[in-house]
Amino acid sequence: MKVILKDLTKIFPNRTKKLPDVIAVNDFDFEIPDGKLVGLLGPSGCGKSTTLNLISGLQSPTEGHILFGDDDVTDLPPEKRGVGLVFQNYALYPHLTVRQNIRFPLENLKGAEKLTKEEMNKRVESAAALVQLENYMDRKPSELSGGQQQRVAIARALVKTPRVLLLDEPLSNLDARLRLQTREEIRRIQRETGVTTVFVTHDQEEAMSISDMIVVMKEGVIQQIGKPQEVYDSPVNLFVAKFLGTPPINVFHARVEKEMLFIAHQPVLSVPGAPDGEVYAAIRPEGFIPDKEGPLTCALSGIEVMGRDVSVVSTHPESENVAIRSIVGAEIASTIDVSARDVRFSLKPRKVFLYDRATEERILFAL
Amino acid sequence: MEKKQWKAWLYLLPAILFLGVFMVYPLVDVFVYSFEEGYNSASQTFFGTGFYNYSYVLHDPYFLQAVKNTFLLVIITVPLSTGLALLISLGLNAIKPLRDLYQTVFFLPYVTNTLAVGLVFMILFKKTAYSEGLVNLLIGWFGGTAVDFIEGPYWAKMFVLCFYTIWVVLPFKILILTGALASVNQDYYNAARIDGTSKFRIFRRITLPMISPMLFYLIITGFIGAFKAYSDAVALFGTNLNAAGMNTIVGYVYDMLYGDSGGYPSYASAAAIILFVIVLTITCINLLVKKNHVYY
Repeated sequence: MKVILKDLTKIFPNRTKKLPDVIAVNDFDFEIPDGKLVGLLGPSGCGKSTTLNLISGLQSPTEGHILFGDDDVTDLPPEKRGVGLVFQNYALYPHLTVRQNIRFPLENLKGAEKLTKEEMNKRVESAAALVQLENYMDRKPSELSGGQQQRVAIARALVKTPRVLLLDEPLSNLDARLRLQTREEIRRIQRETGVTTVFVTHDQEEAMSISDMIVVMKEGVIQQIGKPQEVYDSPVNLFVAKFLGTPPINVFHARVEKEMLFIAHQPVLSVPGAPDGEVYAAIRPEGFIPDKEGPLTCALSGIEVMGRDVSVVSTHPESENVAIRSIVGAEIASTIDVSARDVRFSLKPRKVFLYDRATEERILFAL
Repeated sequence: MEKKQWKAWLYLLPAILFLGVFMVYPLVDVFVYSFEEGYNSASQTFFGTGFYNYSYVLHDPYFLQAVKNTFLLVIITVPLSTGLALLISLGLNAIKPLRDLYQTVFFLPYVTNTLAVGLVFMILFKKTAYSEGLVNLLIGWFGGTAVDFIEGPYWAKMFVLCFYTIWVVLPFKILILTGALASVNQDYYNAARIDGTSKFRIFRRITLPMISPMLFYLIITGFIGAFKAYSDAVALFGTNLNAAGMNTIVGYVYDMLYGDSGGYPSYASAAAIILFVIVLTITCINLLVKKNHVYY
């Protein structure tokens, strides 16, 4: 089911007249293609959970429309929309067993949709099989691990075959190892069922790894929509550039003069087509090449070995980041003289983004 | 190890001494007295031992009346007050504006002086030389005949006693239940809403199980409290409860000890032990029910 958000706005009026109203979702306009997994990504308070609640119908928009396929569901209550929602804390009914929890939504069906006991059991069994919980059906949620609880919640959301599956911070309550495993699970379940899925996360790695499409938000406004790799490779503004990627992108105060990028008066990169002026130069950690003749000189702080990769930590007076982290291969790293005071880099043009100092919007240059 | 245990006992000693002298010893004593016939507390003498005290108490019409009154009080007030408290808390939980005001209003009886409460009930129910009481005035308006609630028929007196008891225990129950309801995570309700669960089903399948521990606590303490009722009856009907036919088991025990017809610690002890057995039985039944119906 295709989900279309049209000029969607949600304003929370402030209780006191003195403070301005909070615009949680500001004029959203985008389309989620059928059968895709979409990640809503942004820092806390950016309106991503509100967006999810608007789609689920738990909250109603101040303005705008929500369409599932051709149906306008804006004014429909949640139960009539056919959505499955997985809550951040799973909201499994603690007094019911796994089986009863999964069956709960089916027991609510009325009229023509009403199911017989056998049909219910069949649906419950198949939902449980989908999330591989067949052996835990008679346990209470408290007797399950976090990952298993998560899967029960997904099964419960999927059992009535919703048109849209919504996941609110699905991985945030899991430990690091389970998180990796569960995100693969979510991807697999989504692929198997083909249900259009929207999930909310503040963890960019999570969003990047499993989404077909990510929507980066900030203060209720969509910043960028696209395939994860596309957004990572060409962030449209400084916020998106800073938000995506671990270690974070390195931002320098720089200026462009005669199509040449200067950092601390050193010409570091030729940027054909960029207008003269003060800019931010944002450089991905993998955009640095240690080079004894390189134009960018940084004060070396140390080298961090993280298994496969090596991170060179250095500082620079024009850097916004306290420490500049550049990821380099182990072999290249071994050529760096650790005892030296400075380390010099040349830059990969594709990993360098320029942003206007005032608007923080992207300035393109020819590669 | 030895030394440590010795230390632990030392720390416990003040509490053990206090409880031993003022709780355990009297309890054992009551049990012993209940089997000693004609025990005299002044001379510390008795005639013999046996079940005579129990037999006497169980054949005493005043005691049987007290048992009947107490049971009626328990059976009427515990379910009614708990149910009412649940309804009111659900209502309080559902409204937003004025909730604090209503909460305060409902909690007022809890902090109101007993004497003031007695006075209010007198104005409501008592017939005096000058008035027939507010309730009778109302009955009169609706064309009914006045009833003497304090010295009149048994059902009227029982009604007042139950009314009073419910009114007195309600605030605490409302307080506990509004707390319990507020602590149910909103996500459960949202999840149920998404699944199109009807309001009644949400209440029966989610709310009720979630607050069942608190509800059960209120029922058990309600039972025990109602079985121990005494002061409420005194406040309404005066100290001569046997004459009013409104005595309770605890009232009977008191009368046997200190009342006008008192001075019989053996009978009082036997009655107290009978009350203990009744409360124990009811609590055990409650605990058995809990096993199947209360979720923790």
